[in-house]
Amino acid sequence: MTYRNPPTTPRKSATFDDYTLSEIRRAAATGIYDIRGGGAKRKLPHFDDLLFLGASISRYPLEGYRERCDTSVVLGSRHAKKPIELKIPITIAGMSFGSLSGPAKEALGRGATLAGTSTTTGDGGMTEEERGHSKTLVYQYLPSRYGMNPRDLRRADAIEVVVGQGAKPGGGGMLLGQKISDRVAEMRTLPKGIDQRSASRHPDWTGPDDLEIKILELREITDWEKPIYVKVGGARPYYDTALAVKAGADVVVVDGMQGGTAATQEVFIENVGQPTLACIRPAVQALQDLGMHRKVQLIVSGGIRNGADVAKALALGVDAVSIGTAALVALGDNDPRWEAEYNELGTTSGAYDDWHEGRDPAGITTQDPELMKRVDPIAAGRRLANYLKVMTLEAQTIARACGKNSLHNLEPEDLVALTIEAAAMAGVPLAGTNWIPGKNTF
Amino acid sequence: MPATSKATRESHARVFDLDVSSLRELNQALHNLAPGSNETAWEVLHPKGSHSVAVGVDQPVSIDVRGSVGYYCGGMNSGSAITVHGSAGPGVGENMMSGSITVKGDASQYAGATGKGGLLVIEGNASSRCGISMKGIDIVVHGNIGHMSAFMAQSGNLVVLGDAGDALGDSIYEARLFVRGKVDSLGADCIAKEMRPEHLELLQGLLDRAGITGVKPSEFKRYGSARTLYNFNIDNADAY
Repeated sequence: MTYRNPPTTPRKSATFDDYTLSEIRRAAATGIYDIRGGGAKRKLPHFDDLLFLGASISRYPLEGYRERCDTSVVLGSRHAKKPIELKIPITIAGMSFGSLSGPAKEALGRGATLAGTSTTTGDGGMTEEERGHSKTLVYQYLPSRYGMNPRDLRRADAIEVVVGQGAKPGGGGMLLGQKISDRVAEMRTLPKGIDQRSASRHPDWTGPDDLEIKILELREITDWEKPIYVKVGGARPYYDTALAVKAGADVVVVDGMQGGTAATQEVFIENVGQPTLACIRPAVQALQDLGMHRKVQLIVSGGIRNGADVAKALALGVDAVSIGTAALVALGDNDPRWEAEYNELGTTSGAYDDWHEGRDPAGITTQDPELMKRVDPIAAGRRLANYLKVMTLEAQTIARACGKNSLHNLEPEDLVALTIEAAAMAGVPLAGTNWIPGKNTF
Repeated sequence: MPATSKATRESHARVFDLDVSSLRELNQALHNLAPGSNETAWEVLHPKGSHSVAVGVDQPVSIDVRGSVGYYCGGMNSGSAITVHGSAGPGVGENMMSGSITVKGDASQYAGATGKGGLLVIEGNASSRCGISMKGIDIVVHGNIGHMSAFMAQSGNLVVLGDAGDALGDSIYEARLFVRGKVDSLGADCIAKEMRPEHLELLQGLLDRAGITGVKPSEFKRYGSARTLYNFNIDNADAY
């Protein structure tokens, strides 16, 4: 027998991993950056890194099915003559008609209304599907101003001035030609089939001093009736929150980098902005420093999936959370039942994110008349309502275990963190210690 | 009526003196107007640079503002005819739906931003970003306009009797720009276009509506979109 040297196991680079290599090849072949929907997919410190302590000798719990645990929240009580009251502290985030189909928008409205909460328009104006089926509708005021008009402003229940979003703080909307149907084009005053790239800045104001004047105008147009939200991406949550409050906001919405988008460059989604968990305490701190915590309400979004996430966000000082991606999944997005069709598109259920291409097998992120028929607005709305109610029950279960008769009585003291990173971001002790990194010594 | 009504100056005009009444009272009174109201003439005294004067009006009344205004005068106007007897701050006529706004003096930045309809006439000069993101409004400027005007302009007409600053019509969609004087530079994807008979006719109509005489459509040049950036192409990347 001849001697052979022991073989070397092929070794792939951690830096140049398969995904990275595929992206280099794709960019070289196509000459365009990768565009996709959704939020950051990378592993990030998140609510999973926090745990509730529950009741013990020094805290006593509430009975799970007998003792009341309030879930309602009032938004806009600072200046608005007509603040909105929601039964649950989970709202539906802004998603445009255009990125979503008409039936999908209707399903969101139906589901949210059944569950006692609000939906939000998006970068495409207000549709009858959504206004007709959402009892409480938040109307977004965006840089593009597509379809913006005073009639819709007045028939909205609240106005959300969008400065940015978590998936792309500093970026504008994007809707590619495949989805610019006749109806979408008309609502946006654009030629059919073009690649629409919205402005990233508002056309008629820049900076916090202008924002204050802009908010005054919106209040004057709507006779000071509507709550005015200001939504920012998770960039500089302390200062953005403080400046929004100074500009006169009733509600501040902070969207972390796990928050989804209809379409944006992958490089933007994964590399700009902060994780949701890192945004909450600075935003709450800004409100507390201004003496405005609970007076100006704080909504946080980006990666909220279940009642535990809701409870943890509220315990950190948030008034309500908002969901987008999870709501779409409840409607049927990425459902394994369409696996064969996902495979044809070169992907798999759970990973499908080419929402901008308009070929969504689930019929949600499309303007294709045949595909959108796959969403039954009544059945999908019911699923969303079920999901929202389950999340609420889950959050109540945790709150009662912590001895709270309202979700809003949860507090940071109820939490510990599993990792040093999460402890530092959330400002709660590392489990088993009293150490809050950055606040005290181990 | 919640608002303070002072003695009328002209025949039956309802007069609001902002030295006496608040901006809130003025706008609320205008919003309270019912369709067919006979209070069709309004006059606003001492605006002194107030923001949001006569915003969100949705009845066909005339409003004479005697002095200069701050931001967003006539914002989202729907059908009223507003005349500012002075200059206007940023965003005059922003998102106008219909009706008209005439500024006797100059206008600051973003005049007519995102306007969907109606006619905005600036008798003096307009600053930068005039007609930004316009979506159907017609804007006529007697004087000059500043840089980045008609940025991302989607629809409508911008007529300038004087000169235009740098980067006119950057990333323009289907709006039409008519400039009588010189243009410092054109923005990305904006080009000079042939003035065909239908454009001369359209321009004459705009000049007539703005009450301009002694100026011929043939003195203008037309600018609009080359439409090369409508769909993404990597070889255009250095155009941005």
